[in-house]
Amino acid sequence: MLAVQVLINALVLGCLYACIAIGFSLVWGVLNVINLIHGSFIVLGAYLAWGAYQWAHISPWYALLFAAPLFFGFGYLLQRLLLNRVISAPVLVTLTLTFGLDLILNNAMIYYFKADYRKLTLSPPTGSISLFDVVVPVDRLIATASALALTGLLYLLLRRSKVGRAIVAVRLDRDAAVLMGVDVKSIYAVAFGLGAALAGCAGVLMALIFPISPLTSSAYLGKAFVVCVLGGLGSVSGALAGGLLLALVEGIGSVYLGPAHATTLSFVLLIVFLVARPQGLLGRKGFE
Amino acid sequence: MTRANFALLILIVIVASLPLFGGAYALRVGTLACMYAIFALSWNVVGGFAGYPSFATAASFGLGAYVTGILLNNGVPLPAALAGTFIALFLGAVALGAVLLRLRGHYFAIASLSLVEVFRELINNATDLTGGGMGLNIPLASSSGILADAMFFFYAMWGLLVLTALVVIVVSVSKLGFGLSCIRQNETAANMVGLNTTLYKSIAFGLSACFVGTAGGLYAAWVHYIDPSDVFDILYSVKPIVMALMGGLGSPLGVVCGAFLYLGLEEVVWRNYIQIHSGVLGVLIIVLLLFLPHGLISLRWAMVWRKVKHA
Repeated sequence: MLAVQVLINALVLGCLYACIAIGFSLVWGVLNVINLIHGSFIVLGAYLAWGAYQWAHISPWYALLFAAPLFFGFGYLLQRLLLNRVISAPVLVTLTLTFGLDLILNNAMIYYFKADYRKLTLSPPTGSISLFDVVVPVDRLIATASALALTGLLYLLLRRSKVGRAIVAVRLDRDAAVLMGVDVKSIYAVAFGLGAALAGCAGVLMALIFPISPLTSSAYLGKAFVVCVLGGLGSVSGALAGGLLLALVEGIGSVYLGPAHATTLSFVLLIVFLVARPQGLLGRKGFE
Repeated sequence: MTRANFALLILIVIVASLPLFGGAYALRVGTLACMYAIFALSWNVVGGFAGYPSFATAASFGLGAYVTGILLNNGVPLPAALAGTFIALFLGAVALGAVLLRLRGHYFAIASLSLVEVFRELINNATDLTGGGMGLNIPLASSSGILADAMFFFYAMWGLLVLTALVVIVVSVSKLGFGLSCIRQNETAANMVGLNTTLYKSIAFGLSACFVGTAGGLYAAWVHYIDPSDVFDILYSVKPIVMALMGGLGSPLGVVCGAFLYLGLEEVVWRNYIQIHSGVLGVLIIVLLLFLPHGLISLRWAMVWRKVKHA
């Protein structure tokens, strides 16, 4: 039974990890920017859900609806006004720029919300389902379903819509996309906005499960890194595969080695993957 | 020896006269200035010369601090502990570098970033050896008084800075430095003409780790208490990059100027805006990247160039 429980936990957690990483992966794949502000976006989304519930009694499910456009606008403007200026500069410059942005956002959150851990507690609590000996909390289950739904939405957007096709085109070959009449600068901004919106929504879902504090942003960012590298960059299915693999390894690792070593294990896995298979589980070589 | 390198050595010698001007505070800032300059110079070997965006500075610093701390706790005298740290870090980084430096660009950046996380978690979990999250207490080296101690650590750090600067200057004019700049410009071509790029990059990575590690060891002995979240702070990885961008990537004189300028800004911001100091730092980084992308050194050369043209 323990094995089944570990497996179910990994499945639930893996979808959430995928949701954390997918926006990050999109920005990295399309813009070739490592977006260090991603973790703080997630925490900001969590605070949004927490604040909406605490002050206006808006359920987190509805918070998703206004978190997405809000974060999209924020991300779009950030890219348009700041990042597009240095987008063609070397890795170091864009990375350091997003680091600076992250310092500002994180400091602002510590300033306004303090570094205390908060928890969004739904009342009445949703309880948990137990089937034989396997226990799954309902709020986690709903969060996972929402995460999957968000992932599916992004997949459809990239597949079916005109903007989505343009984003994929820019990711595959920027110069050819320009020749086909795609406005690369605005596609960059849309992609960054989408990444931010996904981060915000992931944050809303995280608020249901994990405690909220500005200090957790680097942990989210670390997960996003690992998932991206494990699964392969910029693809929806890659993020899902990476998230599930990471959750599985962490789950098995904490059962057999103890939870203290789970993070170490995930980063060791990251380094092994980077060295042995930098294109990720589902990525194709020469595609990054 | 070029004029810029000569200017660098003069600048460092001027720093040595700092104790004449102030008490314990000046010594503390001076020690930090030397430490930051060591960071910036070391990072410059792999980040500036070879062009690999390394975020491993915090890993070297933390490891160095812990190796020295544990050696000191086992009764090894300070100079021997530091020498041991130096050698261990160099060899360890060369070996790690041989594996990690096959990656390029973003992938290398992430691998080096996750080195920090891996080592922090390992040290956090090896409670028997390192004290884990409780941190490690390091016995006082001497009992000759606070000011004498501060003086000792200032000159120790300064001496390490001199050593670092000399080695970096030698590297920059040697075949190694030439090879590294070939790798920066076009690694595939460098490989084609018979340069052993893996060896060169590994040595560069080792050099960028051993001085930082030794500085970490001195830091541990200086503050007498270290814990994983302090010495493996990811900011230690980012600060040298900001310093290098401030001063001018690739130039030893530039990065040291950047380090001193950064420390000055940090002290001012920290002292006046304690609540929002990291936010102010973020604003500074962004302004710098947008308006002065090639650092202070570019400013100076641009001005000189204009004068020459007008003359």
